[in-house]
This record gives sequence, C-alpha cells and structure tokens, in this order.
Amino acid sequence: MIGIVSYGSYIPRCRIPIADIARAWKKDAKEVVHSLGLTDKSVPAFDEDAATIAIESALSCFAPFHGDPTDIDVLFVGSESHPYAVNPTSTIVGELLGLGNAYLAADLEFACKAGTAAMQAIAGLVAAGHAKYGLAIGADTAQGKPHDFLEYTAAAGGAAFLLGSDHVAARLLADTSYSSDTPDFWRRDGMRYPSHAGRFTGEPAYYSHVMGAASRLFEMTGTTAADYDYCIFHMPNGKFPREVAKRLGFSREQLEPSLLVDHIGNAYSATTMLALSAVLDIARAGQKIFMVSYGSGAGSDAFVWETTSELNKIQQVREKKTLRVSDAISKKTYVDYIQFLKLTHKL
Amino acid sequence: MKIFVNGAATTQFGELWGVSPRSLARGSVSSALKDARIESAQVEALFVGNMLSGMLGGQEHLGAFFAEELGLPVPAFKVEGACASGGLALHNAVNSLLSGQYATVVVLGIEKMTDHKPEDVATALMGAGSEEERNAGATFPGLYAILARMHMNEFGTTEEQLAAVAVKNHYHASLNPNAQFHNLLTVEQVMRSSRVADPLKLLDCSPISDGAAAVVLSTKNIKGSVEVAASVVATDTLGLAQRAHLTQLTATQRAAEKAYRIAGLTAGQVSVAEVHDCFTVAEVLAMEDLGFFPRGKAAAAIEKGETRLGTSAGIVVNPSGGLKGCGHPVGATGVKQVVELVDQLRGSAGKRQVENATIGLAHNVGGSGATAVVHILKK
Repeated sequence: MIGIVSYGSYIPRCRIPIADIARAWKKDAKEVVHSLGLTDKSVPAFDEDAATIAIESALSCFAPFHGDPTDIDVLFVGSESHPYAVNPTSTIVGELLGLGNAYLAADLEFACKAGTAAMQAIAGLVAAGHAKYGLAIGADTAQGKPHDFLEYTAAAGGAAFLLGSDHVAARLLADTSYSSDTPDFWRRDGMRYPSHAGRFTGEPAYYSHVMGAASRLFEMTGTTAADYDYCIFHMPNGKFPREVAKRLGFSREQLEPSLLVDHIGNAYSATTMLALSAVLDIARAGQKIFMVSYGSGAGSDAFVWETTSELNKIQQVREKKTLRVSDAISKKTYVDYIQFLKLTHKL
Repeated sequence: MKIFVNGAATTQFGELWGVSPRSLARGSVSSALKDARIESAQVEALFVGNMLSGMLGGQEHLGAFFAEELGLPVPAFKVEGACASGGLALHNAVNSLLSGQYATVVVLGIEKMTDHKPEDVATALMGAGSEEERNAGATFPGLYAILARMHMNEFGTTEEQLAAVAVKNHYHASLNPNAQFHNLLTVEQVMRSSRVADPLKLLDCSPISDGAAAVVLSTKNIKGSVEVAASVVATDTLGLAQRAHLTQLTATQRAAEKAYRIAGLTAGQVSVAEVHDCFTVAEVLAMEDLGFFPRGKAAAAIEKGETRLGTSAGIVVNPSGGLKGCGHPVGATGVKQVVELVDQLRGSAGKRQVENATIGLAHNVGGSGATAVVHILKK
C-alpha cells in the first residue's frame, strides 16, 4: 500500500498582522480582517526563498525517517516562486539533502497546487515500482503587489511528504484530479507580481474545481462527508475553505484543525500540504482524511488518506523536536509594514 | 413624423463569464426582432451603444463587427458617450428615422466588463472623466461621493436615505428575472458594507456587469409598439470643478425640460421612470433634476417608499432594479432602460408591473453628468 512514510513542515518565524497592512493603505482594518477571515500572515526572512524553505521542510521530514536519503529516487519541488526561471530548485534541494545523484529531480509549477501534483505523481511512480521513496515538496514565498488584495494573504511556508510503501503512516486510499483552462490568476515570465481576475477567482475557479474534484472523489470511493474524520481544502483566504466545506456537507469540527490560514495566510503550494501536516500531527490511527488542493489556471487534486499505527512514532519525534505545525505557528516574531517591505525585497 | 419602438429585449445581466460579446449581441437582437415580428432583411441600419470595447477588448470598428456577427449587411455605427452610450445610440437612431434616411433600424447596447481585471475596468471607466480628475487619481465613486457629501451638507440628506435607494432597487431587481441581483437588502446591510469612497459604501454602488439590450425602432405603429415621444441629449463640463452646482446635474435638467416640452408633458404625468442610479446619490439627484420632487426633498420621499412598487401612490422609479440591482453593463444600460419602459407600457412586466403605466421616462447619464439623455415613451 502506497502512502506517507514521513512528513515535515516549515513556517518562517516572521508574521505581519493583516490589520497593519490594511492601516498602511488607510483601509478599515477591522473590515479587511473580517472580510478575509485571517489575522496574521507569515513573512519570509530576508535570506529565505522557496529553495531554503523546501530544504527546511525536507529536513523536518527527515527527522522521524530512519531510512537512507539515497534511497529516495524522486524529488519534485512544487512552487510558484522558484528562485530561478531556468535552473531547478529540486537539484539545489537534492544536493543539500545528500540524495546522491541517482534520483529523478523536477520542478513543478501549478499555482497553489504544484505540491499536491508532486504527491500524486510520486505516488504513481512508487506504485509502478519505479521508485522506492519519493519526496514531494511544496514551498513558496508568495508575492503580492503592494496595495493589491493579494498583499493581505500571500504568505510563505513549506511542507515535505516522503511517499513509499513500507512503514506507511497514512495510506493513500484514493486520489483524483480535476483540471480546466480557467485563467483566474497568472504571472507571465519576467513579471514580478501575479495578476488575478477579481471575483472570477471564486465561483468559476476555486469553487468549481474544488467541488469538481471532491465530487469525483466521493463517487470513486462511494463515500460522503460523514465518512471522514477530517477535511482539508486549499485556503486562499479564510472564507473559501469554510464555504466549500459547508457546500460539501462537512462540519466545522471536521474542518477546524486544518484552518491554518487564520494564522499564517496562504503559503500557496505549501498550503494544503501544511494543513495535512497539521491534521496528521493530531490524528489517531485509523482515521480518514479528505483533502482537496486548488491551483489557479486551474485544477484541484483530491486525496483520501487513512492513518495507521505508524503515525504515532512520527508524532512523538515531531513533538519532542518541536517540529509540529502548531509549534511553528506559535514561534513567531511580529514585523511592521516597513520591515515587511524590506524582508520581501520591496524596499 | 412619429417614431415607435416595435420590439425590445435584453439578455440576462450579470457576471456572464461563459458568454461572449457576440453571443450577447445575437441573443438580444434576435429576441428584439422576434418581438417586433420582423425579419432581419427589413433592418436598414444598426446603432451600437458601447463604451469600453476598445480599451478593454482591443476591438474598435464595432459597428461592422456586430453587423457581420448579426448577419446585417447594413450601415452600422458605434456610438460612445461613456455610460450614456446606449441612450446616445438610441438618440442617433431616432434622428436617423426622423431624417427619413431609414425606416427601420436596430439599436444594440452592449458591454462585456467582467472578463477584465477590476483595476483595468476602473481605469477604463475613468476615461469618462476629465484629464484633471484622472491625473489627481479620482475615480467615479470618489466624484459621486463629492456630490453626495454636498447634497448631505446642503439638504441634510442622510446616509440611511441613500441606502434606501439600494434597498428599493434590490427589491425591484428581485422581481426581474434578467437582473444581476435577486437578493433583498436592508438599510443596515448597506450601512455595514465596506466604505468605497466616504460616504458611499459598496452597496451604494452599481456593479461591474455584462449584458446587452436591443430595440427595433421604426416609423410604423405596429401592434404592441410604444411611441418615442421625445429623445433629447444635453451636455455639461466633463469635470466637476467647472460646474456651477454640485447638488444638481445641469445636463439632466436641460435634457428633461426640453423633453417635456417636445412631448407636451409635465414631470407629474410620468408614471414610471428608469433613471441612472450608478450610485445611490445619483438617483436622488435624478429625482430632483427630472422634476419629480422639489430640490432637497427626494431622499426623504425615497426613504418613505414613494417611488417603490407597491407603496408608491405616484411614480415608480427603476422597476427593473436600476443600475444598482439589475446591473450596469455601461453601454447596454441606456437601451435596457427603454426595454423596461416598453415592458411596463405594454403591461407585460409581470411581477414588477407598474399599475396604469402610460408615460415612461428613461434617464441615462455619462460620466458625472457631462452627458444626459432623456427619452419619454408613451402608450
């Protein structure tokens, strides 16, 4: 059975309150916080980028892993903020992780779902016997143009999932995808900041794809929302995941543990994967998790995971080494708007 | 010579992401021709009201563009006058009939706005303002906020009274199957909505919309036709700074006075009006500039329900839902207003039918009042 052998997470320490950004632009802070449904967002340090964040999350993933890194045959890094337009992030990460040279490396890009696309592809390679272990990383230092709506939510973070077929902590029971040519958010080569199509990013983009993938997964597995202990949805803001969970019949209790967006914003490729990490940090053996990512452009990857008794060993290591997502959320240093501009190289 | 509307139709208004401008044009024009019971071969000219096709869609030469799409190989013209483009197209069509050049023409009002980034739409719309206003970074919500503030200062108009305009128009829109919004609003919801340009809040503002409307005009009074008793255009300065007044739109007053004179009517005889409520304060100004209420008295009257379906003892205003509730695809709006009046005067407006509607007035504004178009229709 293919599944998650280990996982890791990383959230930069710096945070900026959303209210501070709103005040910088003379907006009604209370209104902005209420309408977006989040209070803080993570900010990368001056010397952090998608590659360093990918490495941090991979090192966190290796902490509970007792295998040999050179047994990792595949490394995919999904990001919309790869440091180079040409020159792979995955080889930089692989080199520093000591994967040797006998591994397949590739960078993936699909807005906020490049990381889950990596998980799905690696699961296929492991299932086909082409790889013993594969490492899927989602890492981003997402950019929002000053004064654009995205400035309130675009955050930084990373998550890494080691997939294999032995000592599996969460079995992959089913997965599917739903894709279409829906240009709701884009960034042309050479452009510093992405553009987005305002309200078009809602119904025809996020909701249509997340609901599409979720419905397919329900059909494939013959299940309904009531069959799951947890649900996870991509979180571009605090409102969309709550609304889509409601539409699909999930309760607040099923969704609540995954709602990281309230504290760290949208870490793009890492968002859904970080949320899965947060749920795995607290799940017991034999629990089922329903997860749907979303990437603009557009597509959703959907997965059903079932935890095993192996999970507890990982949880113990993560707790001891304070690697849990909750640890990273609570380790924070607030910066003001001017520092935020400096840290993100806008000043 | 008398001019008649023989056929009228609109598409659905709203965020029509899956519908192209071509489809919107085909849908509205074919329905209008069907309504008029005429074949396209009888159409002698096409007038297209549109503002943003060049700036947003990169498509100028819009007359020929839609003539080709509609299979109408006739003289075709794009008429532009900012948000009054639809009304101006109608006026030009009426004039072409009065001149004897044509006997049957089609007017298409159309706009596709939601395919574009909101900031690009805002920039394009600001093309309707003066250079000084653009350079100063003003936007139309900001300009109408100045007008609202002035009206509040001079007449004691309140934000709640402005909110009542949105509440009324959403109620009317809830009865209109082609409207963008079908949700009812309360004054509290409007008051709590995000501030866009103080004192105007999000729910004081008409939306960005897609949609098209078409009418068939001719010199023939076939069954079901409605007479165009007056078609008048007036202009004023593009910018607010040069205006003599900021609590009234002089262009509206001039157009209305002349239209009443031509039609041989008074404001008091109008039973139903579609007015340009791009922002709630704009409906208050229109009520006073069109002579429906004395200066400074319209806001309170609207708040009391004096222009609302079911509670009005006199005129009903914006039964379609207006720009606020029905949507505001800018080039389509002026034509849609006339389509609504045709429905009302025919007695075919369904749940939003104004009782005993005999005289209708359409009021279409470009910019912050630089262009005003008034049409009076009668049974």
